[in-house]
Amino acid sequence: MRCLVCQNESLAGSHAELAEDLRREIREQMKAGKDDAQVIAYLTERYGDFVLYEPPFKPVTWLLWLGPLLFLGIGATAWYLILKRRRTLQDTPVDERQLVAAAKLLDEK
Amino acid sequence: MIPELGHFVLIIALVLAIIQGTLPLIGAHRGNVALMALARPTAQGQFVFIAIAFGCLAWSFLVNDFSVENVARNSFSQLPEVYRITATWGSHEGSLLLWVLMLAFWTMAVSVFSRHLPDDMVARVIGVMGLISVGFLAFLLLTSNPFDRLLPPAPDGRDMNPLLQDWGMIIHPPMLYMGYVGFAVAFAFAIAALISGKLDAAWARWSRPWTTVAWAFLTLGIALGSWWAYRELGWGGWWFWDPTENASFMPWLAGTALIHSLAVTEKRGAFKAWTVLLALTAFSLSLLGTFLVRSGVLSSVHAFATDPTRGAFILGFLAVVIGGSLVLFAWRAPKMLTGGSFNWFSREAMLLANNVILLAAMGSVLLGTLYPLFMDALGLGKISVGPPYFNAVFVPVMAPALFLMGIGPLARWRDASLPDLFTRLKWALAVAVATGLLLPLTLDGFNPWATLGFALAAWILLTVLIGFRERMRNGARLASLPRAFWGMQMAHMGLALGVAGITLVANYEQERDVRMNIGDHTTLAGYTFTFKGTTERPGPNYRAARGTIEVSKGGKTLYVLHPEKRIYNASGMAMTEAAVRYSLTSDLYVALGEPLDETAKAWAVRVYHKPFINWLWIGALFLVVGGFLAASDRRYRIAVKKLEAPAGAAAQGA
Amino acid sequence: MKRWIPLLVFAVLVAFFAKGLFLNPREVPSPFIGKPAPAFTLPVVGEAERTFSPADMKGKVWVMNVWAPWCVSCRQEHPVLMALAQSQPVPIVGLNWKDKDREAAALLERHGSPYVAVPDDLDGKVGIDYGVTGTPETYIIDQAGIVRLKHVGPIDPDTWKSKFEPKLKELGA
Repeated sequence: MRCLVCQNESLAGSHAELAEDLRREIREQMKAGKDDAQVIAYLTERYGDFVLYEPPFKPVTWLLWLGPLLFLGIGATAWYLILKRRRTLQDTPVDERQLVAAAKLLDEK
Repeated sequence: MIPELGHFVLIIALVLAIIQGTLPLIGAHRGNVALMALARPTAQGQFVFIAIAFGCLAWSFLVNDFSVENVARNSFSQLPEVYRITATWGSHEGSLLLWVLMLAFWTMAVSVFSRHLPDDMVARVIGVMGLISVGFLAFLLLTSNPFDRLLPPAPDGRDMNPLLQDWGMIIHPPMLYMGYVGFAVAFAFAIAALISGKLDAAWARWSRPWTTVAWAFLTLGIALGSWWAYRELGWGGWWFWDPTENASFMPWLAGTALIHSLAVTEKRGAFKAWTVLLALTAFSLSLLGTFLVRSGVLSSVHAFATDPTRGAFILGFLAVVIGGSLVLFAWRAPKMLTGGSFNWFSREAMLLANNVILLAAMGSVLLGTLYPLFMDALGLGKISVGPPYFNAVFVPVMAPALFLMGIGPLARWRDASLPDLFTRLKWALAVAVATGLLLPLTLDGFNPWATLGFALAAWILLTVLIGFRERMRNGARLASLPRAFWGMQMAHMGLALGVAGITLVANYEQERDVRMNIGDHTTLAGYTFTFKGTTERPGPNYRAARGTIEVSKGGKTLYVLHPEKRIYNASGMAMTEAAVRYSLTSDLYVALGEPLDETAKAWAVRVYHKPFINWLWIGALFLVVGGFLAASDRRYRIAVKKLEAPAGAAAQGA
Repeated sequence: MKRWIPLLVFAVLVAFFAKGLFLNPREVPSPFIGKPAPAFTLPVVGEAERTFSPADMKGKVWVMNVWAPWCVSCRQEHPVLMALAQSQPVPIVGLNWKDKDREAAALLERHGSPYVAVPDDLDGKVGIDYGVTGTPETYIIDQAGIVRLKHVGPIDPDTWKSKFEPKLKELGA
């Protein structure tokens, strides 16, 4: 849960007065036997998704949640394609080989 | 007078930066030795003048010159002397001056430690750094002059933000900026190589130590920031995924990728275009961080006061520097496949996988940090993206990289076979898996996250040990192993310690938030905390309610902790000063919340038991030391000159 | 072509940043726009017997201003509201939010009241129901009791002209 009046602090960690009020409200609702989902619904009804630090999974946040998977997927594909090409690379250009040899010679143990 | 002097020398520094950013580059292009020779003296002169300017600002803070607006807004007559000096870089203007000072320092370092480099290379590298400096000095002088006077002078200052009044904050920004700005060297080397077309192993070898040192400083800066947050923000967290933290973490991820791909480029001549792109990316992300923190486009706890003109200026600068460098990249990056062949389990393949994963992680952090901005800009509503998102996304993305970290250093270049690797690693794998499965059972029952964390930490540690053993078997003695090897292994070990610490603290920490009257006690992790009340205690620039809490175990009093709740005189801000009992295996952390009745006898008190949290920072220290060790390897000091001739000749064909 | 991708990605980012410079990341939109205003019944400051409830305003377009005696920008806003109360017909209700020191009555006595009623939200619960994050905040509520507009921060003559007047006209007030 995000504190609403602070720049970017959690509701639990904030010293602001409104955060205290909201904490109290949450405590009272918990005592009244409401579960997490109900309390969260209570807050988002009033303050919108902005109060949630964990954004809900819905069409406008699909890219957010699936993005990392997408990045990893692109990366894995690139890795695979590069490796495939590298493996069949027959002959290394002569100057490159010399360069590697030169570098190796200069490498102290 | 002193502030005017500071302003004046800054203008001189700008003039020098303009010379440094133009003539040597022209000289390098035309082969004019005289123009190229301007690079070193202008860079060194610039450093001297910026250092004087910085001294002037520090002096104004030290003597409480409240006729300087920056001092009046960020300092206070009752502020202790140490903090008056550190307040120099506590504000937007001052921290920017520190940024510029660091840039000048790095440039000077390049000018001194580059005697083995060809003149045109030096001229280009220093010239590019001069251009960056021009942008920042102009930004400083035009939009954020730290020496602006206030008429009439303020009777007293408004005080430094109490959160920053801590010694962690004294050294955190300089270290962080050393890292940020250090990537400018790798950036300048990359640009110079792109311009000259000499994108070769020699270039990689020159950039490597600079990049590694910058990376080590950045690591130190981030670790100090996290340690500061842990002690100072009052609720025991150590990483919040705040945009400001992400702004420093993204260059770190890109820099880590860069260090590894530089290794491939240096040793095998492969991935040249990719390495150059990473060098550009690492510094671009540093600049991006500066923009995010100072422009107000994202809301963050640590954000500086926001101002759209400043934002527009940095954005323009960003577009020129990053856009320009990416155009240069698209135009000049080598189009040929470079380097030799390698197979699925070669070290090259492992390092490439490491790069892919690190960049995916960096992309995820970037996506999460900017997503609220994307949605807002497109009118799709406001959301917050906080720790639950980042934790959920970052851990699974990074886990494979930690696994590969165990294999990479043991895989041979070019051609490694899986059966061979398996024979060498099967015991480590078995022990790591067993640790992951069994250790949580002895603690708190099965827990998949703990299993993953422990297994990975054990795996990395064991493979590091195998690495040493194999080297020793080949007849090497510990002391004679190259520092680069030691550095790498220490850094990897540091990561293992960090992963172990994070796993333990994230899965097994305990906390209690209780109302306590005098004499009340609460029990946590076997310790009994007894509240003995609070006393008034005045500080130099604040009033504090100082709590006394006795910690006992089995009836024996072990420690007495004194958390404080402070009200700062000038700003009226309330601050929680937690009391922490540090130890290698667990921290006891106590913080005062709010007084709960009129007479302030009863308080809300928060107590935490944080197992192994210090391993996190010890691990970070290993990373830092590892970085410095690797950068000080003998071959960078000796071999550079000898490499020039063959590498230069070879690069003509590439 | 592949080499231009980084530049392309960067260009997209810059476009967003440029747009972002003109947005305020802290302005939280109200999820109540287009939804019924939450019901409440509260005592009215200065009138011992009277209570106020949004239902009382049914059939009218009205403005609810959330304020507090301890709030500095509300004082800045006060003269603007006074002028509005005299120059235009829409009734303004002043929700007195978390007035723990009980100063509202005296304050309105001294400086005049632009409000037709001042419901007293002592514990701040009604404020939370409306998603108030800080005073002053101002709502337009229509004839059917639907929230039509929310403004965060003090009202000055310009914001009234550019933001409130068109909305009120649209609602036929």
